[in-house]
Amino acid sequence: MEAFRFLRRNFEHGVHPAHHKQQTENLPIQRVPFGKDYLMPLGQHIGVPAQAVVTAGEKVRRGQLIAKPGGFVSTGLHSPVTGTVKTVGDFRGVDGRFAPAIEIEADPFATQQVDVNAAIDWRSLSLEEFIEAVQMAGIVGMGGAAFPAHVKLSVPDGVKIRHLLINGAECEPFLTTDHRLMLERPEALLEGAEIMRQKLGAEETVIGVEMNKPDAIEILKQHIKPDQPIRIVPLKVKYPQGAEKMMIKSVFDVEVPAGQLPRDVEVNVNNVGTIVAIADYFLRGMPLIERVVTVAGPGVTYPANLIVPLGTPVRDVVKFCGGLKPGSREIIMGGPMMGRPIASLDAPILKGCSGVLVFTEEQTARRKEYPCISCGRCLEACPYFLNPSRLARLSKSRMFDEMKDYHVFDCVECGCCTFACPSNIPIVQLIRTAKDDLTHRKEPEA
Amino acid sequence: MKKRDPDLLLFPAPLLQQGMTTPKAMRDVLYALLPATLASLWFFGLSAVLILGTCIFGAVLAEWLFADRRARSESLRDASGVLTGVLLGLTLPPGLPMWMAFLGGFVAISLGKVIWGGLGHNLFNPALLGRAFLLATFPIAMTTWVPTTGDSGFFSIYPGNLALPFMQVQIDGVTSATPLGMMKFEQVVTPLSELAFGNVSGSLGETSGLLLLLGGIYLWMRRDLDWRIPVSIVLTVIIFSAALGLFNAERFPTPLFSVFSGGLLLGAIYMATDPVTSPVTPKGAWIFGIGVGVLVMLIRVFGGLPEGVMYAILLMNAATPLIDRYTQPTVFGRGDKSS
Repeated sequence: MEAFRFLRRNFEHGVHPAHHKQQTENLPIQRVPFGKDYLMPLGQHIGVPAQAVVTAGEKVRRGQLIAKPGGFVSTGLHSPVTGTVKTVGDFRGVDGRFAPAIEIEADPFATQQVDVNAAIDWRSLSLEEFIEAVQMAGIVGMGGAAFPAHVKLSVPDGVKIRHLLINGAECEPFLTTDHRLMLERPEALLEGAEIMRQKLGAEETVIGVEMNKPDAIEILKQHIKPDQPIRIVPLKVKYPQGAEKMMIKSVFDVEVPAGQLPRDVEVNVNNVGTIVAIADYFLRGMPLIERVVTVAGPGVTYPANLIVPLGTPVRDVVKFCGGLKPGSREIIMGGPMMGRPIASLDAPILKGCSGVLVFTEEQTARRKEYPCISCGRCLEACPYFLNPSRLARLSKSRMFDEMKDYHVFDCVECGCCTFACPSNIPIVQLIRTAKDDLTHRKEPEA
Repeated sequence: MKKRDPDLLLFPAPLLQQGMTTPKAMRDVLYALLPATLASLWFFGLSAVLILGTCIFGAVLAEWLFADRRARSESLRDASGVLTGVLLGLTLPPGLPMWMAFLGGFVAISLGKVIWGGLGHNLFNPALLGRAFLLATFPIAMTTWVPTTGDSGFFSIYPGNLALPFMQVQIDGVTSATPLGMMKFEQVVTPLSELAFGNVSGSLGETSGLLLLLGGIYLWMRRDLDWRIPVSIVLTVIIFSAALGLFNAERFPTPLFSVFSGGLLLGAIYMATDPVTSPVTPKGAWIFGIGVGVLVMLIRVFGGLPEGVMYAILLMNAATPLIDRYTQPTVFGRGDKSS
């Protein structure tokens, strides 16, 4: 029966974009030299923004706490460089809105040695202390959503986590950060996994890796110690294999009920990068001040996998990679399916930014939109079994309330429908518009 | 922002897309119909060219005439007008007067598509609507079948083709019944080999079952058609006629005869699968296909007409919005399994 389980090991629907990973998958992670200007937005994660604890003119050391959590669903923030705080104020963010941020100017003569604390004796910490430590370290989901990691760790009473699932699918095309981390730092990943598993009291750790990374699977297998309850599950190469609910379906063949969380099916899902960040903090005392970023795409001269201090402007990252090729038209932060375009090269690298992808004319040309011919390709692409064709039609007619009957809020905006649409209808955009209207609409006063 | 920075676009993700576009899908159907169309030229000679040509002309003319002036070139370029013309032409008898074929093409697009709001909004398959219009308006011409040209060569033209508009149609020359007509009214069964290769009388495209299947396989490989629809139609017809055969093997057609005769394959592969007028949900596709299959057999066996594919598909077209409404897919995490 186990053999048949393997055949079923998948989620249904989804799409197969060309994965374009050959540009960077064999390039070792390099470190970007320190620059001059750093901008640390206080709201780099989902939830409440952090609160600055430094003021303008103050000297900060690399790794020093510069902002404390502003609430429970919020994390600490640490200085990515040694230098001087220039301003604490509002800066325009990626989404165009002004948001508070701390601007730091690096000290060109500093050694940029991390002001590390010694390793933390995580075994002696109680669960509450552990959660607080993760929160103060500023660790968030590094896969792209930037959901504070400690929130996932704090399970309500009566809920038991049985499986720790580590997400190494990296299903977004172009991105190779998790792949390189698994190849280059398997020990850190497995140590971090053990810390998490023991603190959660989970029975086993499962690492899900897409089958297009056989070298990563091989290396991880070599590093697992016989007494560690860790298994590697190779997953079919399909987008969005790395969406946490899809991965749970693939690995455990369980559907997380709509509106519920992985913990409701006794699973805790974390990205490879998050686990490595946990290991870095508890074993080396290094808070989250830098992350691995894939710089790739047809518009980049020398694609690379880079360790980038948070807050580094994209301009410096791109410059390190040889600059933009002529004809570059768009820069996406994150993956090409779910990432967000940035309007200016001054945008800083954030905690949740796994890639800087530069695209040219060819990918960004306005595509001629045709009428929907109800071909049903979007229905067969949607991993959540929604009816994107219907949702798009309703959204075009601005019938947003009716869209609730078609479960518009179950949509995770993975973009499969838009990828699959032969009529080039911006389905995801239409759905986002509707969701935005429904959530931000002001009800008329009665 | 510095002066030398490139002007960055903010085109939203996903930036990647598969290569298929709607016009490409339309053209794929045309390519898939190519073998069967060539076969119709082979069997019916120049007449086939005339009928298909006038149908396409009528369809494209209507498309051009009624299209928004600014969108004119675009709506012509998406190939859906040509496709409707070809599909309609393939359902017409080879001896039909050309002006009727033209009128059919014109009506198919204008009443079948444009009036509903253009591509993607029509309730009924335009080609079949055009054919239904012709059948209702010119019942005699539409049911006068001629034999294949046989030895008389490619360049012979059926005399009916050249009839002048609105004049009394002179139907002389040889006529011949279709296999379904012979089955229904004379109890003569045409051998299967002739049906499969298409050397029988009938409308232009409903002659060669094998070539139609070939095109269907091409479409399936290109993922241009919902395989559930033709499969469910054919299976339903096979089961239905096999069940009838249990009662009276003499009187009722055999399953294979049912599948290969008449317009069943043409309808099942190319017309019932028209994405606009068939259900969008997978479950709905099965229901739609089974419905078409059952209606075809009911009309053929118990109805007054020898052939029922057209009406079967049109009737199920009308039911499509309803089917769609009741077959919405179960959303992930909302099924019974997990609740």
